[in-house]
Amino acid sequence: MNIADLQQQLIAVARKQDPDERVPYAFEKRIMALIAERKAVAGRILWARGLWRAAVTCVALAVVCGAVSFFTPSAADNSNDLSQDLENTLLASVDQPDTTP
Amino acid sequence: MERSEAELIAAVLKGDSASFEPLVAKYSPRVFATARRYARRESEIEDIVQEVWLKAFDKLGSFRGEAPFEHWLMRMTVRTCYDFLRGHQRNRESSFSEISEPEEDWLDRFVSDPGTAVEDAEAAKTLINRVLERLSPEARLVIQLLEIEDKSVKEIADLTGWSVPLVKVRAFRARGEMRKILARMAKDKYL
Repeated sequence: MNIADLQQQLIAVARKQDPDERVPYAFEKRIMALIAERKAVAGRILWARGLWRAAVTCVALAVVCGAVSFFTPSAADNSNDLSQDLENTLLASVDQPDTTP
Repeated sequence: MERSEAELIAAVLKGDSASFEPLVAKYSPRVFATARRYARRESEIEDIVQEVWLKAFDKLGSFRGEAPFEHWLMRMTVRTCYDFLRGHQRNRESSFSEISEPEEDWLDRFVSDPGTAVEDAEAAKTLINRVLERLSPEARLVIQLLEIEDKSVKEIADLTGWSVPLVKVRAFRARGEMRKILARMAKDKYL
């Protein structure tokens, strides 16, 4: 058997095969539904990712604030001074020392 | 009024997914015809075409419009078919002892009179498909494009993304691989 001839004959047969262009019914609708579904899922994933990132940022911020307030030496009884300062400021006009002879 | 391809693509890129549908409807026959050359089961063919369209939608932004949309799509189709062949290499293990009676008759006729054998095209079709299925993915793709679809080496390089010398080397090897398979088939049957 001549293998090269057989190869040529079989290839000639394959060339004669008409391409089968059948498309299943409503195939384009199926593709569009898949695209829409993927878009919806992608949107949800995007939201979930954003929320997770926001949550992580919030936790990190809370930890930093906690650390700052924990490690900062507390100015003792500053609140009194502050209220005193406020009172002095408010009553400054009234509390003018009497300079009239 | 019917919109042009460029208008449809621009609309899809702007976020109007529905404009993609006319493109799917227009080019699906061509994509199906190509996929049917590499896969046999209808479910596999539909999977390939579906993958092609989803990829096309995802990568539409990379379509620059310099070449027709159809060329860009066919490149994607051929590459997806090649990926499919690489993923289904185990299917190549079928034996030639499974050759049907009409195929055997065709071979007998070819041996006795090579000129008349072509007449029974159905048996020959089954036989060539069986031979193609036994080829490696690279060899099958090259034989299909170069020998059966009669494409040039440059066209194949463009479709597959391989370099021109690589296509030539693979074509040479593919012919050898095919001859080897045919020789084995002849040996199984006649020795």
